[in-house]
Amino acid sequence: MFNIEVNSNLIEAKPGEYILSTLKRAGIKVPTLCHLEGLIPSGACRMCVVEVEGMHDLIPSCAFPVSDGMKIKTHSARVVKARKTIVELLLSNHPDDCLYCVRNEDCELQKLAKQHGVIERTFAGEKNKYFLDMSSPSIVRDPSKCILCGRCVRVCEETQGVSAIDFIGRGSKTRIGTAFDEGLNISSCINCGQCIMVCPTAALRGQRYIEEVQEALRDPKKHVVIQHAPAVSVTLGETLNCKNGADVSGIMTSALRTLGFDRVFETSFSADLTIMEEASELVQRIKTGGTLPMFTSCSPGWVKFLEQFYPEFIPNLSTCKSPQMMLGAVIKSYYAEIEGIDPDDIYNVSVMPCVAKKFEAGRQELSNNGKPDIDAVLTTRELAMMIETSGIEANSLSPSIADNPFGERSTAGKLFGVSGGVMEAAIRTANFLLTGYELEQSQILEIRGLDGIKETIVQLGDLTLGVAVVSGLNNARKILEQIKKGRNDLHFIEVMSCPGGCIAGGGQPIKTDIELIKSRMKSLYYIDKSEPVRASHDNPYIKKLYDEYLEHPLSHKSHKLLHTSYSEREVLI
Amino acid sequence: MISNEKILNKYPDPRRENLIPLLQEIQELHGYVSRETIIEIGSHLPLPASKIYGVATFYNQFRFNPPGKYHIQICRGTACHVKGSSNVLDMLQRELKIKAGETTRDGMFSIEVVACLGACGLAPVISVNGEFHADVSSKKLQLILKQLRAKDKGNG
Ligand code: SF4
Ligand code: SF4
Ligand code: SF4
Ligand code: FES
Repeated sequence: MFNIEVNSNLIEAKPGEYILSTLKRAGIKVPTLCHLEGLIPSGACRMCVVEVEGMHDLIPSCAFPVSDGMKIKTHSARVVKARKTIVELLLSNHPDDCLYCVRNEDCELQKLAKQHGVIERTFAGEKNKYFLDMSSPSIVRDPSKCILCGRCVRVCEETQGVSAIDFIGRGSKTRIGTAFDEGLNISSCINCGQCIMVCPTAALRGQRYIEEVQEALRDPKKHVVIQHAPAVSVTLGETLNCKNGADVSGIMTSALRTLGFDRVFETSFSADLTIMEEASELVQRIKTGGTLPMFTSCSPGWVKFLEQFYPEFIPNLSTCKSPQMMLGAVIKSYYAEIEGIDPDDIYNVSVMPCVAKKFEAGRQELSNNGKPDIDAVLTTRELAMMIETSGIEANSLSPSIADNPFGERSTAGKLFGVSGGVMEAAIRTANFLLTGYELEQSQILEIRGLDGIKETIVQLGDLTLGVAVVSGLNNARKILEQIKKGRNDLHFIEVMSCPGGCIAGGGQPIKTDIELIKSRMKSLYYIDKSEPVRASHDNPYIKKLYDEYLEHPLSHKSHKLLHTSYSEREVLI
Repeated sequence: MISNEKILNKYPDPRRENLIPLLQEIQELHGYVSRETIIEIGSHLPLPASKIYGVATFYNQFRFNPPGKYHIQICRGTACHVKGSSNVLDMLQRELKIKAGETTRDGMFSIEVVACLGACGLAPVISVNGEFHADVSSKKLQLILKQLRAKDKGNG
């Protein structure tokens, strides 16, 4: 530890850290743009410049290490002017489009302009004209709003290990794009949306299905049902002025009814169903010498990742469809049957923390003979927008519960929303299937928390299982490479594309603050601790569904409705 | 297609400074950098295709389409610039309905912008398949293209 002087005050600094981190700890705010917590600094935007005594040029604080006795000015006239000029230059090539922009009032560029007192156009140059890339079912790219901060490129490479996009061209023609500047839909993009989460502007945003859903809601012939994923209820509250991490499941359900949905179901119910099938599949693979380790298959980004980068591991993927698609399938079969509704009249909507779910819903492998089981996927952000435009005052609604037969869930199903949750849920049920008893210690602390790779060994009766939980696909690469090199102590691996799991999914409210993500996680753990039904096989409506319709896990009917298979995908990687 | 193996084996590390000479040699061999070669380079180094494409587009010298039967290089060096080479480029692009780096659909013409052809005394200068044309004006350009088209027809 040593001291540095900042704006005439002494503050403590750690050797080797960047100036920006020191300043942050001392509560001194310096604006940043290209900086991303936890990734290698690029020093590209120079928004974070400070004046360092004895140095001729202004120094980018995010990429420059502190040294003993350093004297820094963070807001001298020179620094502030330099920052303002940067903002003005960025704006000179930016469409004046805020009123027609999804990021209006939630945009870093807008904020910076305001903070720096930009009130007139200083540089009026020619603007680049680019086409919108609407080709992807999940993501819209609008290069005219891109300020070339490079955050998307770094997340895609460093966090996800995908590198679907990079800087293309040079000078004033520089832009972000895929190999050969083709549409995102035919690139190696896995639709995770992590680039949307870090984009400071609307240059990257989710595809929007609000209009389609509203049209279905207006159509008297349509029976419109909606399911909400486990991780949505602990983030939607942030858009409704609730405490961070608050579980607003009840209010959300009421809001969905007010919006006009005929039934509200919980994807956590079908998460329980997934566990019944997946735990049975695991037990079967172990008993019959099937392909191991088995990989979870509920994160559509991960499935596409495997199909294109590691097709040799496709046999390791569980054949289970994801909870979204399983519920879609039973709604259009079992539910349609017991309610006497023609499946073609059902419009199946889901609210997901994820933009890749939009891609998943359109996959042929997951449809029913070519007919989609899910008709439209909304993100948490889109639902928040629908609630706002409808003038619903969420705080005035009284909470209500979801509809049966798919409205009840165990806490295991709810845990799907956080990295490690699928594994915990699966172990609870696999143990029961193998031994006939409940686990004594149902919470497995080693696989909780936000670490990118978590491993442990679990004992189920006389069976010892090596399990790993991975989130962020660059971490998945690491494990896959280990297995390729001969590692063989793992039996079951949970993989989520987004770091931390669905609570940090690409369809969630745009904030990437780690404390916020933790509060969402804690909320799910609290639910698991405080409710009585903690295992998927104890969910009474799951039992009923098997009794009345599916017979038993891995039955012929289950296979037809709830399982699928994948094959190698050719894209430019 | 001629094998790239020899070239690839000369550059074993995935470094940017290796990538550029590698791309240059590949382009030398095939006349352009194809999708297939980017895939090959990518799995050799290993480096994602988006990165290779990104690096390659940073430099004007790489093209991603096979060159046309008549490959037109246009000099954009200082002397040519002063003598109006940007107008010549505009004209050429308009006339052939393609941009620099592209090839006409019939495979006849392609345009490449080069930093300097080293013939500043002839500015503005273009070269068609290595043959220099000096003092290129709008009129002269049209004449050159007309002659090339006629020549091609004559050949059947
Ligand atoms: S991205 Fe931001 S600055 Fe640009 S138009 Fe949208 S709100 Fe305005
Ligand atoms: S969605 Fe994910 S994979 Fe696709 S470009 Fe963005 S970060 Fe990369
Ligand atoms: S698309 Fe967004 S994140 Fe990517 S470089 Fe442009 S502004 Fe930055
Ligand atoms: S935030 Fe430091 S250079 Fe961009």
